[in-house]
Amino acid sequence: MALTGLFLISFLVVHATVNGMIFFNDGGVTFNEWAHFFGTNLLIRTMEIVLFLGLIAHVVDGLMLWSQNRAARPVKYAMEKGGANRSWYSASMGFLGTLILLFLVLHLWHFWVKTRFTGIEGYGVDAAGRENLFAVMQQTFRSPAAVIIYVLGCFSLFWHLLHGFKSAFQSLGINHSRYNGLIAMCGTAFSIIVPALFALMPISIHLNWIK
Amino acid sequence: MGNMKLTLKVWRQGGPNDKGRIVDYPVSDVSEDMSFLEMLDVLNDDLVRKGEDPIAFDHDCREGICGMCSLFINGEAHGPGRGITTCQLHMRRFKDGDTIYVEPWRSTAFPVIKDLAVDRAAFDRIQAAGGFVSVNTSGNLVDGNALPIPKDDADKAFDAATCIGCGACVATCPNGSAMLFVAAKVSQLALLPQGKPESKRRALAMVEQMDKEGFGNCSNTGACEVECPKNISLEHIARLNREYLTATLTKE
Repeated sequence: MALTGLFLISFLVVHATVNGMIFFNDGGVTFNEWAHFFGTNLLIRTMEIVLFLGLIAHVVDGLMLWSQNRAARPVKYAMEKGGANRSWYSASMGFLGTLILLFLVLHLWHFWVKTRFTGIEGYGVDAAGRENLFAVMQQTFRSPAAVIIYVLGCFSLFWHLLHGFKSAFQSLGINHSRYNGLIAMCGTAFSIIVPALFALMPISIHLNWIK
Repeated sequence: MGNMKLTLKVWRQGGPNDKGRIVDYPVSDVSEDMSFLEMLDVLNDDLVRKGEDPIAFDHDCREGICGMCSLFINGEAHGPGRGITTCQLHMRRFKDGDTIYVEPWRSTAFPVIKDLAVDRAAFDRIQAAGGFVSVNTSGNLVDGNALPIPKDDADKAFDAATCIGCGACVATCPNGSAMLFVAAKVSQLALLPQGKPESKRRALAMVEQMDKEGFGNCSNTGACEVECPKNISLEHIARLNREYLTATLTKE
């Protein structure tokens, strides 16, 4: 879980950086340029396959652990005070992961299926004459329901990362009194900044802060 | 005698294959100075006088060092309070009129023997798989104190060695994982020169036995560390992970 998790975290950095280009607020020109580069670069396209494999490995590993852990306690407690010794989100990683996976299905349908398979020629070109992925975003986030689902997806990601980031280090045996504070701080900062950045995209497009 | 009145909701199970259920018992005349086990003694005394079957529960030294007492009390291993076993839990932690749930450790690897007593032999089998140092007793034994050991390492090894194997970590863990126990047993030896020669074999064998017993997997919720009566640190789990990873990657 730790290795695939950290790999998926590295993808989040790339994804947030590329999509963050919409905040140049130039009608999507910079964003479309970056998206075009990433969509046509051979290395990135190869990594896309590795990314899917990484995601599948993370999910399958998670499901296996979930079923083993369920089998480890067949009779539940009549009274259990989980809140006394653990955070709810650290004990709900499978649930949060499922929410993220459901969100991903919708998210891939919104953008990935369109760019890779059905084509986005119908959305015209931007000011620089490039195919207009930004217009697809504008179209998608016109719906308030889509914006709400995306924001909820970001919240699931926030809690998943809040435990997952530092948990990955512990699983790999990286626990040292000198660096634990730093790891926890980076984990918390990452869990807030990245999902907040993602959540800001549908919100600012929907409210026309970005055009 | 005291004057607290309590309602206990106790798990009763006739034997390993019985279904079991929660039974309500009113207890009166409870003193706040009693330990939780003494309160159960009072209840059992009462049950015996009435000709009923007393509640089976594990206990031995009653001073927090043997690891025999267990009990999941009101949703927590060894009840409310930190760094204590059930025999060190006093009735002053409760109020007159309280309802208290008393359940056995819940784990596939710890089958219920009767009522609140569970079989923790799985821990013994994990220990037997590698939780030892092989010492040549041919007469050339070296005095342990003759080996220089950094004070910090000795302290950490001792902290790990304070594990009494009570099973609170397993009972508390939402995944039923035994990682804190195994980590303590691996750490207390891995930190010392006497334990180094067998460290690879030990980590692999103990983890293998742990999985075989049907314990769950560690997801680092940290619940075990909070409920551990001996405050064993998660740092030891990280050490076990390091030991296990290195052993897996370098074994021949």
